[in-house]
Amino acid sequence: MAKNSPFPKGPISQIQGRCLILTGDDIDTDRIIPARFLRCVSFKLLGDQVFADDRKELKGSHPFDLKSNQGASILIVNKNFGCGSSREHAPQALMRWGIRAIIGQSFAEIFYGNCLAIGIPCLTTESSKINAIAEEIKKTTEECWLLNINKKTFSRSNKKWQLSIDQRSLDMLTSGRWDATSQLISNCSNLKSFMINLPYLNNFSK
Amino acid sequence: MSSETLYDKVWDLHQVAKLPDGSTQLFVGLHLIHEVTSPQAFAALHDKGLKVICPERTIATVDHIVPTINQERPFADPLAEEMLATLERNCKKHNIKLHNLGSGNQGIVHVIAPELGLTQPGMTVACGDSHTSTHGAFGTIAFGIGTSQVRDVLASQCIAMNKLKVRKLFFKGSLSKGVHAKDLILHVIRKLGVKAGVGYAYEFCGPTIEQFSMEERMTICNMAIEGGARCGYINPDEVTFSYLKGCAYSPKDESWGKAIKWWQSLASNQNAVFDDEIQFNAEHISPTITWGITPGQGIGINEQIPTPESLDEDDRAIAEEAYRYMALEPGKKIQNLPIDVCFIGSCTNGRLSDLEAAAAIAKGRQVAEGIKAFVVPGSEKVARDAQAKGLDKVFIRAGFEWREPGCSMCLAMNPDRLDGNQISASSSNRNFKGRQGSPNGRTLLMSPAMVAAAAITGKITDVREFLK
Repeated sequence: MAKNSPFPKGPISQIQGRCLILTGDDIDTDRIIPARFLRCVSFKLLGDQVFADDRKELKGSHPFDLKSNQGASILIVNKNFGCGSSREHAPQALMRWGIRAIIGQSFAEIFYGNCLAIGIPCLTTESSKINAIAEEIKKTTEECWLLNINKKTFSRSNKKWQLSIDQRSLDMLTSGRWDATSQLISNCSNLKSFMINLPYLNNFSK
Repeated sequence: MSSETLYDKVWDLHQVAKLPDGSTQLFVGLHLIHEVTSPQAFAALHDKGLKVICPERTIATVDHIVPTINQERPFADPLAEEMLATLERNCKKHNIKLHNLGSGNQGIVHVIAPELGLTQPGMTVACGDSHTSTHGAFGTIAFGIGTSQVRDVLASQCIAMNKLKVRKLFFKGSLSKGVHAKDLILHVIRKLGVKAGVGYAYEFCGPTIEQFSMEERMTICNMAIEGGARCGYINPDEVTFSYLKGCAYSPKDESWGKAIKWWQSLASNQNAVFDDEIQFNAEHISPTITWGITPGQGIGINEQIPTPESLDEDDRAIAEEAYRYMALEPGKKIQNLPIDVCFIGSCTNGRLSDLEAAAAIAKGRQVAEGIKAFVVPGSEKVARDAQAKGLDKVFIRAGFEWREPGCSMCLAMNPDRLDGNQISASSSNRNFKGRQGSPNGRTLLMSPAMVAAAAITGKITDVREFLK
């Protein structure tokens, strides 16, 4: 599915799909999408370029190239995933490759916010559970898993893990308010009077 | 939970609303944009039929993609040309001030906003670039955002955000000779790690920081993000005020006195409460350099590359990856490692005092044979000021190339990049795999003075040997 499936829209309560495991801490956004691919005015073509240099180095054995992983939509990672540059090109590239949700030990802050802003849920759990999940997935690469955002569970047949996501992100995803623009604009009717009270916008007179 | 810190005060002042999900709608006092992360935001604005709500609160420049050798338009790279042309079009259409090439004010966004006096204490500053933390040096809450948030700021001058915790990093003692602000921040990241700051704003304070110039403070805050902290800040003081006095956008006349009064009130109170506090002794810091593939993989210049056994278990896997990628052996000294390329510049270390520190080492000496060494001023103003002091000539005589302003080889979105597995001694901020443009290029981060010393000897060198 993945690559051709529609981009996230509206409320997101569950993701169903196959999983892809990417091992390693501190995987930065320069690796997810090398800077030379940022020379563009649209995100459209980024899907093919995700992890371009790592994939080239591994000559077909990178998790994003393995035949068995094609069509996967849930990415399993370790600690501090997405650190470094703020480029939204990184989650955009993952999304355009087919990723619709990420489960990891922890995420870098800007990356997490960028994912949320485009409707990609990032859920966390401790390292022992990530390892157990990865082991289970390796046994059954062809199988679909269910990520239930409301219940914060990740499951398949009789296997089930409880994951974490902060309440704010959960509400945004399940209500469809992860696309924040209209919400923000609706609170802007009194922006001018708010601004006039900021010292640096009123010649420091208040 | 923190209270009465600068972060708390500035945060409270900028809260527009509480959002249904519990986050805060935060007003952005200064929004900076550039050619890389804004085009898709403008396109989204167009698709939604929205306009820019406060065009006067957004300022643009071009930095990432500009060539540093020939800046004639159109650029040789059609993709780069299209990005700048798109920025020009968007700025014109939405009435946004663009400090374009040749305007006299163009440069790296985190260099020009401070030098123009756009960045002022007490503001919230956002930009689609993680090194926005730089502006915290002025006592602001400054943070990097993604393109969707750039769209939100253009449309509403606000973003949805959760409040961070605040960690106080207190520094006592003076840096010893040959040790710079860059060494201090590399030392901090080395000690605390690249993940420690996630969820925190870092307040840098104490006698060491108070002695620092604004440019040194910017170097410190710039790399807060490399320690995981989205924001870093320093309380404003006389050093801040004297830097801002007379800058193009600084308050003038009667406003100036009132501004100072307000700015002084922003500093964290004596009895401020922090979520965490850590102390450092600056006297113990030596010239610090990274050997691996994260900014946390740093060592003192006289130390050996750490062995796996000497590291925390959590750090071993990435260390193994780093030994392989860097082709370096654990237990070996970093000193005397031969290098290929020397880069002086970037939003971390591309300001006048950085070039002065490097020029002091380069003066009267020669770049070693076979070494490519180049200097990229952070802005047109930095270039002008450096030329007025004759620094360009010092560098050129020593065998460095003197380039036009831009981000250059910090991230290699322009023609400046490493080739193959070249090793670079770099004054920039990231040593990630492939960061400097070659998929197997290798980067060692250090102060500009250390880069200059490496250029002269052709190998990693303790800059203090040049100061004897």
